[in-house]
Amino acid sequence: MNRHEYRNLVILVLPTAIVCIAFFILPMAKLVMIGGSGERGLVAYLDILTKPRHFESLIATLLLSILVTVTALAVATISGLFLERNRFRGRGLLISMLTFPLAFPGVVIGFMVIMLGGRQGLVSEISKAVTGDKIVFAYSIVGLFVGYMYFSIPRVILTIMAAAEKLDPALEEAARSLGAPQWRVVLDVILPALKPGLIASGAICFATSMGAFGTAFTLATNIDVLPMTIYTEFTLNANIVGAATLSIVLGIITWTALYIARSLSGSNAVAAG
Amino acid sequence: MSGSRDHGTAIKLLSCAKTFGGGTVRALESLDLEITGGETVVLLGPSGCGKTTTLRIVAGLEEPDPGGRVFFGDDDVTRLPIEKRNIGMVFQSYALFPNMNVRENIAYGLKVRKMPKVEIDRRVGEMVEMMHMGELEFRRIDQLSGGQRQRVALARAIVVRPRVLLLDEPLTALDAILRTRLRVEIDELLRRLGITAVYVTHDQGEAMSLGDRIVVMSNGKVEQIGTPRDIYYKPNSEFVAEFIGSINRLHGIACGDHVEVAGGTVPWLLNQSSGKVEILFRPENVGICDVSVAQLKGKVVTSFFQGDRTRLIVGGLGERDIVIETTDRTEYISGQDIGFQVDPDSIIVLEK
Amino acid sequence: MRRPWLFYSQLAFTLCVCAFLIVPVIMSMMAGVTENYFYGIKSGITLRWIYEVLDIYLDTIYLSLMIAVACLAVTLILGVPTAYVLAKKSGRLARMFEEFLVLPVAIPGLAIALALIITYGGFRDFRSSWGFILVGHVLYTLPFMVRSVLAVLSSIDFKTLEEGAASLGASFWQRFFGVILPNCRSGILAGSLMVVTLSVGEFNLTWMLHTPLTKTLPVGLADSYASMRLEVGSAYTLVFLIMIMPLLAGLQMFGTPKDRKPEAQSDDMTGKTSLKEKNL
Repeated sequence: MNRHEYRNLVILVLPTAIVCIAFFILPMAKLVMIGGSGERGLVAYLDILTKPRHFESLIATLLLSILVTVTALAVATISGLFLERNRFRGRGLLISMLTFPLAFPGVVIGFMVIMLGGRQGLVSEISKAVTGDKIVFAYSIVGLFVGYMYFSIPRVILTIMAAAEKLDPALEEAARSLGAPQWRVVLDVILPALKPGLIASGAICFATSMGAFGTAFTLATNIDVLPMTIYTEFTLNANIVGAATLSIVLGIITWTALYIARSLSGSNAVAAG
Repeated sequence: MSGSRDHGTAIKLLSCAKTFGGGTVRALESLDLEITGGETVVLLGPSGCGKTTTLRIVAGLEEPDPGGRVFFGDDDVTRLPIEKRNIGMVFQSYALFPNMNVRENIAYGLKVRKMPKVEIDRRVGEMVEMMHMGELEFRRIDQLSGGQRQRVALARAIVVRPRVLLLDEPLTALDAILRTRLRVEIDELLRRLGITAVYVTHDQGEAMSLGDRIVVMSNGKVEQIGTPRDIYYKPNSEFVAEFIGSINRLHGIACGDHVEVAGGTVPWLLNQSSGKVEILFRPENVGICDVSVAQLKGKVVTSFFQGDRTRLIVGGLGERDIVIETTDRTEYISGQDIGFQVDPDSIIVLEK
Repeated sequence: MRRPWLFYSQLAFTLCVCAFLIVPVIMSMMAGVTENYFYGIKSGITLRWIYEVLDIYLDTIYLSLMIAVACLAVTLILGVPTAYVLAKKSGRLARMFEEFLVLPVAIPGLAIALALIITYGGFRDFRSSWGFILVGHVLYTLPFMVRSVLAVLSSIDFKTLEEGAASLGASFWQRFFGVILPNCRSGILAGSLMVVTLSVGEFNLTWMLHTPLTKTLPVGLADSYASMRLEVGSAYTLVFLIMIMPLLAGLQMFGTPKDRKPEAQSDDMTGKTSLKEKNL
């Protein structure tokens, strides 16, 4: 490559580099600095472990996200495999419906949870008709769980289907020819083949659940998940330092999850998160 | 587009070496090569021998390591990027633009040269006619067969009337029958254009039929440069001898006008030395004769009847079996004693 | 089917999942055109809530569209050349740059918004303009454009195409505009659809970056969910769904270039995963 070409490539990438540095790297650096700028310096980052409210918030968010990830993977693997391995009438429609919520922002998903489990929601109407008691779950951590499931399922189904599509049928036939029963085929052939996809999409579920804000905001839940805590610290308590440290910690957690998934699954699928 | 063979541009490479990977991988040892105007030179060798690197240095896709120089005629083009060298290049994968149809592909080089539209139309029309691609003109690239793509790639490269034409394994992606047919077409085209051409291939058949001269390369070094006949009949190394066609090797001791080998003697009329030598000869330069008068004797290991000839694997002449090809109709059986002699003119002797 | 019970139990399960996802959507659509949701659909069908939404929130729709278009323009200008450079250079510097570039997707929007406010909140005019929101959207959507184009570039042998063009005398810029860009079309299209869809629906960053005068559609949605009656929120949601429907259809059609060569298969995941990584 000659020098002219090198210069031209630099010209092409320069605007992006400037935008990236000015509006991302510099502000993030400043956020890190502000987080450690209180009178106690970088020790402030340990607050998340010592301040009960922050720590509980962190643990609750972690547990919720792990639970969502595991459940979503299980549900979506069953449906995704089924959809990829069977051909029947209405399959296309079913897939479109299952992936339709893909582009919903968190606020809309929150509203869908209200539609299901809110005070005028479907579940409350049905439970009232059946038992006479209104069951309302939308505004609790259950509502958040339902919302994150709503968000995660379409994504994982797509990934599973893409991975299952690439599965070489000969592998399965070979296992069968060697006498493996159906469940062993699933265990020994299909799940290992889906592993990279499962890791990748699981990491996405986890990271998104950790950082999700719109759904929690809409449900106005009393549950302090980390993003809500950050929001409250920043807007209501004007605790900029606290909000900054929590944000940094949260960012590190999500980035790490995605990074580990990327190295494990060895694919480019989660290159950016 | 017309002109005799000596109208093409001469190419000269002076001490062109190439190192990749920050000095770790030596792809090409220092190479000097002169190609006269209008000549077709084939770079031949196994993969990784440096032939493609050499071509890319001529093209301007790679710069030689410091000290190397590339001349087109009297112009030093070493620092000139490919787009300023006015070459035509045919790539192994053809590199046809999928976003353009056949016509647009052929016209591309003229378009970037800002040629007037009338002139472009005229030249492309000529080219389409010459290459018999009339009905393909407006096809998309993915609607073409391999052979058709090959033609488009050739047309696109020569329509700009380049100073030199570079072909990087242009037939490798095609099946055997098509390869033979297109080899003939390319040969005719090169002769008609009289253009200087550098042709890279690993196929010795292609090299022999297309090259005015062949440069045999291995491990980044030139093994031998010569006409196809030179290379075939007078290989100057074991590598060249083995790479071009099949060849037999016998170890022996030179004494007087012959060489003594395990199965007998081989005449060597031009002998100037004595001592250990290696004798090379091609399977087709062996004559089978009666065992009692034969200079060389061995035992048939296997015979393969191939219709027009019989291929015999013969043992008992040292550690390696030799191959003999004969056109006689005798049937040979395994284990049979066989006598033969080697045509003295076709013997190559390498002194050890 | 050799094992009908297995088939039907899986089908039933999948239908339940589907119902979980679709029933609330249908309910909300119905609520948006129902006279009074408490009494159900028998209270009558009306467009009055839709009109009310358009009356109150029309400017949020305009602003969202404007930001989405601006965001698309910026990500095209920045992202496509960047993808090309990243495809071309394999060194450590390029990989590091790529890592930084895609970081905004891996970090919660809240954190990025906070960082932007801390750094640039002091510039009053900038802070109160929709340009401030645009910056956030560009940071967040740029990786999707870059990777969409990158996926196409790595599925075609663009280096040889470029060498081919160069051998015919094309300069760097002639190659870039005449050969590289046209052959990235499918990636640019998919990336554009993605950028617009994501920008129109972005809430995490936008909620922090917006001002009372720069409310986007999702901000308005959150506002209506919190302060308006259910029917208005539903009607607003309906308007939003109608708006993104064509984008979704487009993404389904062009999101994954299926007509490519087999080599492109390995990149399918990259293409498909993209929308999956959207933040809530």
